[in-house]
Amino acid sequence: MTRVTDDIIIRAVARVMIPFIQLYALYVIMHGHHSPGGGFQGGVILGASFILYLLTHGLEEAKIRMSEIKAGLFSSFGVLIYSGIGLLCLILGSNYLDYGKLSTILKVVPAQARSLGILGVEIGVGITVMAVMFSVFFDISTGGELPEDEE
Amino acid sequence: MRVLALLTVILTGILLFFGTQDMPNWADPNSPASIHVSPRYIEKTLEETATPNVVTSVLADYRSYDTLGETTVIFTAGVACMLILRIRRRRRE
Repeated sequence: MTRVTDDIIIRAVARVMIPFIQLYALYVIMHGHHSPGGGFQGGVILGASFILYLLTHGLEEAKIRMSEIKAGLFSSFGVLIYSGIGLLCLILGSNYLDYGKLSTILKVVPAQARSLGILGVEIGVGITVMAVMFSVFFDISTGGELPEDEE
Repeated sequence: MRVLALLTVILTGILLFFGTQDMPNWADPNSPASIHVSPRYIEKTLEETATPNVVTSVLADYRSYDTLGETTVIFTAGVACMLILRIRRRRRE
């Protein structure tokens, strides 16, 4: 069980660092086309920023930003984006996950459409990895004990 | 029974070691993997996918099914953690 810390230094440092960590995570996801990185790595960094928030601000405050229900929804949402892009290609008349045909709705040349398709897929991967990282840490830190049902 | 299992393991191990003799050398430019698909990916990736990073284009375009499977594995791992660890405590009557 993580406790709420009242140490002003830890809270202040975390509050300054978290936006930069998240910005860097988004950079790693978006810049995967040109440098090492991509959905998996960026998603892990993004998940680590939420875990840092949970560690420094405690469970109750972290649940306002990212609850276990939101984490579960996001983790399935990322897979939905990925398979949804694949299905979109299928609807547009090419093979599953063959991004070339996305050029008809994106109004770009097929090579550029493939690049954008890769980006969309990486975003989906990043969302899933971020949510699963947070969800696993959340479950372990609470011991899986959720608040009792009010009935 | 244990002796039989040990013999099976040893025999399989010896067979696998013999199998490695036929594998191409490390970083051999003439190995089948290096002459079949790799040059095509390296040469065509920029013109086909407009992505300078070959790793990304192979990961998310040419081998997209694999990455979809990986993402599903991670999602399944998260769901399994939820199912095992989360116990919703019921109020006692």
